[in-house]
Amino acid sequence: MGKTLYDKLWDAHVVDTRDDGTSLLYIDRQLLHEVTSPQAFEGLRIAGRKPWRIAANLATPDHNVPTSAAERTQGINGIADPVSKIQVQTLDDNCNEFGVMQFAMGDQRQGIVHVVGPEQGATLPGMTVVCGDSHTATHGAFAALAHGIGTSEVEHVLATQCLLQRKMKNMLVQVNGKVGPGITGKDIVLHVIGVIGTAGGNGCAIEFAGEAIRDLSMEGRMSVCNMAIEAGARVGLVAVDEKTIDYLKDRPFAPKAEQWQQAVDYWRTLVSDADAQFDKVVEINASDIEPQVSWGTSPEMVVPVSGKVPALAQAKSDVQRKDWQRAYEYMGLAPEQSIESIQLDRVFIGSCTNSRIEDIRAAAAVAKGRKVASSVKQAMVVPGSGLVKAQAEAEGLHEVLLEAGFEWREPGCSMCLAMNADRLGAGEHCASTSNRNFEGRQGFGGRTHLVSPAMAAAAAIAGHFVDVRTMVEEA
Amino acid sequence: MKAFTVEQGIVAPMDRANIDTDMIIPKQFLKSIKRTGFGPNLFDELRYLDVGQPGMDNSKRPLNESFVLNQPRYQGASVLLARENFGCGSSREHAPWALDDYGFRAVIAPSFADIFYNNCFKNGLLPIVLDDAIVDQLFSEVAATEGYQLTVDLSEQVVVTPGEERFAFEVDAFRKHCLLNGLDDIGLTLQEADKIKNYEQQRKAVTPWLFADV
Ligand code: SF4
Repeated sequence: MGKTLYDKLWDAHVVDTRDDGTSLLYIDRQLLHEVTSPQAFEGLRIAGRKPWRIAANLATPDHNVPTSAAERTQGINGIADPVSKIQVQTLDDNCNEFGVMQFAMGDQRQGIVHVVGPEQGATLPGMTVVCGDSHTATHGAFAALAHGIGTSEVEHVLATQCLLQRKMKNMLVQVNGKVGPGITGKDIVLHVIGVIGTAGGNGCAIEFAGEAIRDLSMEGRMSVCNMAIEAGARVGLVAVDEKTIDYLKDRPFAPKAEQWQQAVDYWRTLVSDADAQFDKVVEINASDIEPQVSWGTSPEMVVPVSGKVPALAQAKSDVQRKDWQRAYEYMGLAPEQSIESIQLDRVFIGSCTNSRIEDIRAAAAVAKGRKVASSVKQAMVVPGSGLVKAQAEAEGLHEVLLEAGFEWREPGCSMCLAMNADRLGAGEHCASTSNRNFEGRQGFGGRTHLVSPAMAAAAAIAGHFVDVRTMVEEA
Repeated sequence: MKAFTVEQGIVAPMDRANIDTDMIIPKQFLKSIKRTGFGPNLFDELRYLDVGQPGMDNSKRPLNESFVLNQPRYQGASVLLARENFGCGSSREHAPWALDDYGFRAVIAPSFADIFYNNCFKNGLLPIVLDDAIVDQLFSEVAATEGYQLTVDLSEQVVVTPGEERFAFEVDAFRKHCLLNGLDDIGLTLQEADKIKNYEQQRKAVTPWLFADV
């Protein structure tokens, strides 16, 4: 019987399997950031242990860094919040002490870990990649086995280059046919989560396949894999094809010269065999997918922009009815209210889901020659890395966005989790390109609606949600 | 992780049930970037008369003289004696970190909360379950004798009183092995260091680019 892509990646990394069924899995790459690494380094120090293979690690501060240019020009000293400052400083100290390669604040290569890894070619097909952050699933877009881990596991990987793991189940999400114009990877993944629910991928590694996935750029595939975690799966995967290989060519850490060809030959084997068996298969019709907007406090509470907040009668169970009731109240929405009637206070374009060059281009295309509605207090665009920012500026996208009334920020996680000063006020509605709409995620009492970058930009212009496809046709 | 073989030490009695993790280490201290340094804030709310905040100079804070750990006779204690359901509350590993940082090596109680019990083993701290009646007896002996010490022998699985009374306790064989040898998860994995190195050799031959330095 054939193997799935996940089977192949798993088998290639098992060092040992114990009697109780857990395996020691070899880790090729660990990405580190300031929030989940301090106690791991501290643990090493206390135990007097040395990192196993320090060159396998790459660090960059992202969660806590301020995104205003004023604070950023002074480096770590410019961070106003004392707790954030200590965390960023500690990452810097630890990297220096242990000799970890770091893209520190002020380095143009700094950014959100999940943007930086692929951009640098530090994430490669066939690798195992871990990071103390659940959205590590992003890297699966490159056919890398990637997932988030906790702080004690970060220490375990630093010390042993291995992780104790149990094999997950195989799940296939097959998106058949082509999506319509204006439909992005973000819409696809939100639609999938709406269909299978936030527990749909529990215990599984999800492979995304089908024509609509193949048609996506690497950026789009990263947005899809990024949100595998919101679908309940720790791992999202896309098989290798020419786009994967083209994207990686000449990236700083990608293999060079004769190793490049050797690597490419190997990478081409990283696809599920035709006769591979999956434990679970979900088929999605790409042509059914409209631009998506989440209305509630869980990523599965999502509907097409042309739709309405669902009525209680549509709930499938008592549990769901209770969830919905609480969500109506928290979000300040009425059942059957149209999505287009939701007025926005703020707009956030950024996060590891949607802060890559393609996302900024999509936002700028909508913003061009238009103005952010006066009722919108703030519309911010936060590029995912210093290199994304530089690329966007070289293309003049920042001017288009600034002209339209958007703020153009320095790279970091920013309002995705509101650990720095960027956050929502209580009761404020936000069109956000991030990945989580939990209560309080973007600030206490804040109301998050998850959308694609083009949809967020369109909402900023209109002041309420609107089908971006009507605006693009107008233009 | 520190190995635990035999520990002889002063016993501090905390005559109270359901001591939760928030009591052991209040939440304002969890923002720390370290796993050491929690000792001075162990039982902070019981130990000091003011409200503790991170960064305070604890040596200048007003002490609650009546709290057991502040009494001269219990200084240097390494065995904590408590009542049932010790360590309930959150899963924070900061609780065993704080007990360990203060200097405790073992906690004796009639029962423990599950997660806390597990977390202790990961951090070199030995939780010992003894019968209610025995715990009662120990509380009276501690109260009666200044400088009262117990000996905890992990390999024999006994607690020995100054009067040579021996109380046996249960401990999972695997956890005992780890603690006796000072093996945490990392220590265990490192026992397989040769397998990891072999794996690396084989992989290097097939996919050399994975071993390039970043
Ligand atoms: S952008 Fe958001 S989801 Fe992504 S790593 Fe940062 S905080 Fe986590």
